Amino acid sequence: MATQTPKPQEIAKGLSHQPPSENWMDTKPEFRSGMYCHPVKVASLEGMGGAFAREWNPTEADWKLPADWKGIVKDGLKDRLRRFRSFQVFMDICVRCGACADKCHFFIGTGDPKNMPVLRAELIRSIYRGEFRTAGKILGKLAGGRKLTEEVIKEWFYYFFQCTECRRCSVFCPYGIDTAEITIIAREILNLLGLQIDWIGTPVNACYHVGNHLGLKPHTFKENIEYLLGDIEENVGITIEPSFNRKGAEILFVTPSGDVFADPGIFTCMSYLILFEYLGLDYTWSTYASEGGNFGFFTSNETMKRLNYKMYAESKRLGVKWILGGECGHMWRVVHQYMDTMNGPADHLEVPRSPITGTVFENAKSTKMVHVTEFTADLIKNGKLNLDKSRNDHYTVTWHDSCNTSRGFGFLEEPRYVLRNVVNNFYEMPDQTIREQTFCCGSGSGLNAGENLEQRFRGGLPRANAVQFVHEKHGVNMLANICAIDRAALKPLMDYWVPAVNVCGLSELVANALVIPGEKAARSTNLRGEEINDLREEAGLEPIEWPEEDEEGGEAGEEGEE
Amino acid sequence: MSFIFSLVAVTVLVLVPLVGVTVADLRWLFGVVVPYAAVATFLIGVSYRVLKWSNSPVPFRIPTTCGQAKGLPWIKTNKLDNPCSLPAVIGRMFLEVFLFRSLFRNTRMEYHQGPKVRYGSSKWLWLFGLLFHYSFLVVLIRHLRFFTEPVPMWVQIVEHIDTFFEMGLPLPGPDGLYVGLPLLAQSGVILLAAATLLFLRRVVIAQVRYISIAGDWFPLLLIIFIAKTGIIMRYVLKVDVVTVKKLTMSLVALKPELPADPISFMFYIHIFLVSFLFAYFPFSKLMHLGGVWLSPTRNLVNNSREKRHINPWNPEVKFHTYAEYEDDFREQMIEAGIPVEKEA
Ligand code: SF4
Ligand code: SF4
Repeated sequence: MATQTPKPQEIAKGLSHQPPSENWMDTKPEFRSGMYCHPVKVASLEGMGGAFAREWNPTEADWKLPADWKGIVKDGLKDRLRRFRSFQVFMDICVRCGACADKCHFFIGTGDPKNMPVLRAELIRSIYRGEFRTAGKILGKLAGGRKLTEEVIKEWFYYFFQCTECRRCSVFCPYGIDTAEITIIAREILNLLGLQIDWIGTPVNACYHVGNHLGLKPHTFKENIEYLLGDIEENVGITIEPSFNRKGAEILFVTPSGDVFADPGIFTCMSYLILFEYLGLDYTWSTYASEGGNFGFFTSNETMKRLNYKMYAESKRLGVKWILGGECGHMWRVVHQYMDTMNGPADHLEVPRSPITGTVFENAKSTKMVHVTEFTADLIKNGKLNLDKSRNDHYTVTWHDSCNTSRGFGFLEEPRYVLRNVVNNFYEMPDQTIREQTFCCGSGSGLNAGENLEQRFRGGLPRANAVQFVHEKHGVNMLANICAIDRAALKPLMDYWVPAVNVCGLSELVANALVIPGEKAARSTNLRGEEINDLREEAGLEPIEWPEEDEEGGEAGEEGEE
Repeated sequence: MSFIFSLVAVTVLVLVPLVGVTVADLRWLFGVVVPYAAVATFLIGVSYRVLKWSNSPVPFRIPTTCGQAKGLPWIKTNKLDNPCSLPAVIGRMFLEVFLFRSLFRNTRMEYHQGPKVRYGSSKWLWLFGLLFHYSFLVVLIRHLRFFTEPVPMWVQIVEHIDTFFEMGLPLPGPDGLYVGLPLLAQSGVILLAAATLLFLRRVVIAQVRYISIAGDWFPLLLIIFIAKTGIIMRYVLKVDVVTVKKLTMSLVALKPELPADPISFMFYIHIFLVSFLFAYFPFSKLMHLGGVWLSPTRNLVNNSREKRHINPWNPEVKFHTYAEYEDDFREQMIEAGIPVEKEA
């Protein structure tokens, strides 16, 4: 990357939350390397039929906006004021009480006043007043109104791609004003001008045409999973043969593709494979609907719908009974709050019923999609898993609630129930940083790119700091979660702020604790290829006695991963 | 800047009726025409905005969930923070509207070098807000005395309770006897105090000062002035309530008539400021009174997996179908042993 990311101490020292003396309307964002994302590639935007695809650079003065950009923005605003009650009401009723001001992780991590949710919303509200409302038109700045200029658009691009749509502000607002909702709409409007970031636009295009973010073609997707199967064979000692695009399976399994190729997501993916094999689940993967995540959600509701379509379409084509979804944050916000509305009703599916426990998931009787964690919780509750949680004793775990599953779903206890059943050492972070008050990883809503690391590390400061607190107090060394973006983003965040803490998906801890019938000596290594007894020794624990190697069994404990 | 502008604006609003009544004798204008116009603007304006909001669609079911959702039957649902049914939503809205539930959650972030980010409890805004709104409500109710004859029982009860507090706070008197401290706990005074505290908060907290615009300073100052003029009338000038009531009752009866006995100019200032507040209301952030009921992040049931929510404008979009996908990758799929619909 271009410039060096500042050291943690440099960021910590330079941080102040005092606003400057100038009025915010007189300040401009500085497009400094590390603090913003690159513009979308022309081909990606064109691939989705997006408007005004072009080469442009945020650091240059000329953003090559379309000739009638002002008209487009004004019409775009009007249209959305009409179509979204949320947007209209949120534009009208904020009292600027400031309750939300210090709730945003980007404000905490940057001290930039325009990262206070209220001011982020005012960036657009000021235009609403200055262009559409009489008082604002006449009194201008005094009444918080201003005119639409190119500078405003640049400011929007900077700050609406410096909001992770985490909704933490909304929890504290006396009217529930959700700045995430305002960001969602602001991004739709920026899209009308072809202003999009590459880390969103390119995955969206790949997802649409190929099926998943990385654009893994069907055979490559399958190969990736087969590669994980090899690792499972080596480290766990079981052979698994999952099916792909298989008609007539009972369940279609969809998870974010990040879990198929990126460390530590792959360990979560291996865990799904192990769990389903253990259960003898009649399920299939799909290469067509091979992405649970939905970066369309970060561009426009139409794009979200276009991507989400595949899940129901594929479940219909394959004739499955219901859909099981992997661990992911925004995927589950979309599945929970949008999918059925956009692409339902899913009448071709049945109300999900666990084939193992017989539990009928009444809470999902319309979407017909079940979260792997509630599925697992139900298995544990019914005693269907043989778990030895002491196998995770070398981990002292804390739980990161993902923004989307917490504030856009309310999925708080299911993972905790599972966690308590698979680990002995679990400590919560402080109350103001968990559950509905949880802090974002700083990289959500498509901001987990490589070029904006400083932005991400700043945004992740409150989360990392809470982890540091339990790390110091209880010796926490593992940060568990149920989100693919978290798995990808929290690892570098921890390496930056709290290097002693590792990151894993919840299912990985389940797989670790699972006592597999006929398990072999290979089990002495974990999914990461680490010798479990070495880890235990480090943690001052007694070694585990693993079963003897039988004649067929492979060589245990070979170093696989770094 | 926006503060000074607001202060000047409110001052002008005080001077207008002062000059109007004392110099130009426009009592009819300020006593009758302006209040009528203000009430009409208020009613039309508020209805217009509320209708506009309630007619706008709610495309997606997007409650902000602040507690455990309804899930597996053995997991305890937090119904009030994550409502799973209509009664639960009503409960949530009740807490929100009448007890300011969300503000009650408020925390204050403290940043220390290290870095150490800590969060303290911060209930001041909640407390001031609650005091402000409830004392305002009581003041409004007590004013119904001027617009009803006979005065309804419930208004009298509210008055009684309010007056009870007025008398009820004992303080040691000069000769060791306890005397009632008038004023201290009376709704009008609490209103003034709470509005002043909200005002000071806006001045003192740098971040809140930074985000404030005229639309924030102005209504606060206006209400402070209204409370002040009211208190002066009641306790200092002791304006003749009976005469005032003659005027107000004539307004209610739609047979406006200025009473023969003179009413203090302070009354005209008071009623003008109040009229302005009413007329200003629908165009301002004060509409949060209506909006809070309609906020989609609070007033929706969180049951979108259980029951399909309908988007009235669900857009037609282009999809990438499986058939198109297979056409793109058929050969590779066959080679990789992935089943296909059409053989090559
Ligand atoms: S908490 Fe709500 S009302 Fe208060 S400033 Fe923030 S968005 Fe506005
Ligand atoms: S949604 Fe999250 S990132 Fe966006 S303004 Fe609110 S708190 Fe900040």
